[in-house]
Amino acid sequence: MTDDLIARLSADLKPVRRTAMPRLLIGALLVSGVVAAIAMLTLLGMRPDMEVATTTMMYWTKFGYTLAMALLGLAATLVLARPDGRARWPWLAAFGLLDVLLVIAVVQLARADDMMPLIMGSSILRALTYIPVFALPVLLAALLALRRMAPANPTLAGFAAGIMAGGTGAWIYAFACAETGMMFLALWYTLAIVIVAALGAVLGRYLLRW
Amino acid sequence: MQTDPTETRLRGLMLASLDGDAAAYRALLSELGRHLRSYFTRRLTPAFASHAEDLVQETLLAIHVRRMTYDRSRPFTAWLHAVAHHKFVDHVRRQSIRLTVPLEDDAPIFAHDDSADALARRDLDVVLDAIPARTGDLIRRTRIEGASVAEAAAAHGMSETAAKVSIHRGLKSLAARFAGGPK
Repeated sequence: MTDDLIARLSADLKPVRRTAMPRLLIGALLVSGVVAAIAMLTLLGMRPDMEVATTTMMYWTKFGYTLAMALLGLAATLVLARPDGRARWPWLAAFGLLDVLLVIAVVQLARADDMMPLIMGSSILRALTYIPVFALPVLLAALLALRRMAPANPTLAGFAAGIMAGGTGAWIYAFACAETGMMFLALWYTLAIVIVAALGAVLGRYLLRW
Repeated sequence: MQTDPTETRLRGLMLASLDGDAAAYRALLSELGRHLRSYFTRRLTPAFASHAEDLVQETLLAIHVRRMTYDRSRPFTAWLHAVAHHKFVDHVRRQSIRLTVPLEDDAPIFAHDDSADALARRDLDVVLDAIPARTGDLIRRTRIEGASVAEAAAAHGMSETAAKVSIHRGLKSLAARFAGGPK
């Protein structure tokens, strides 16, 4: 029985690239990211004041914060996709990043005459809807790729994939979002990313069993 | 850095396998099969010992399908252990969800009353003492322990016919003594 299995498996052997795993996951991320970007352009379109926006610190903060979350999620997913993987630094880095953003946001609030628009903005619901929508294709592609890997903890791997997907969705949404409050970014973007991560954890628990 | 010779050998085989060397891969899987069999047998409770081979096969399959998750710069045995451990934990979790007990292990509720057995054995000893030892032993072997006449005869170095006669006479004399005389 076992000998038959061994014979079949060794007949089925194909070489595996050194970078097979990152290639698969990053490939899934890029393809699904393009899908999400097309969805954003179709559903929302770029913000109208793009040329002015790119000269503001807020634009680049949104750009940097969301992209960094996506990349930290990617790094954590790549570690957690292995049976012997333990991730610590991506989580610490993500919390550190959020702390830095909160400090900047508080400084911005302290200088402002009217705090509420910087915190509540005018598009909380829009952000909380569209970020998960744009994150969804990325999350599904990442989970599909992860099904061929061996996460020791499927729930945690799904969560990491959710941070990656949420970060990517938020990064894409940022091109359509005209909010100017750092606190808006720190609260609502982060919440949207966490919602996607929670969804990833739940899906991972069931889809990533092996 | 000192490395364990098993690690060095298995890792060498694994690296060759990942590059597509089928012979190395076959050698690797057979050796892993042996390691895994003893790994699972040691960890399974006796009631589930029969699952060891299934677990070995599941683990070998997982190693095959998910071999891209082995990082070539890290120890192979650590990766292997993580895969085997995952399969073992998965097995335990599945078994705890729908715990199945083989039917023959279910017996204790309907256990034998051993004291009655012991009394019967004592009576039997007393009764068989009343006839010649060899005849008693022949009866015990054929009628109580379930041996054939030929086996019982061979044990005493006598012919089958002689044994049959001896058993017959022994039973007759026992009947005469304990059944209230000939009828």
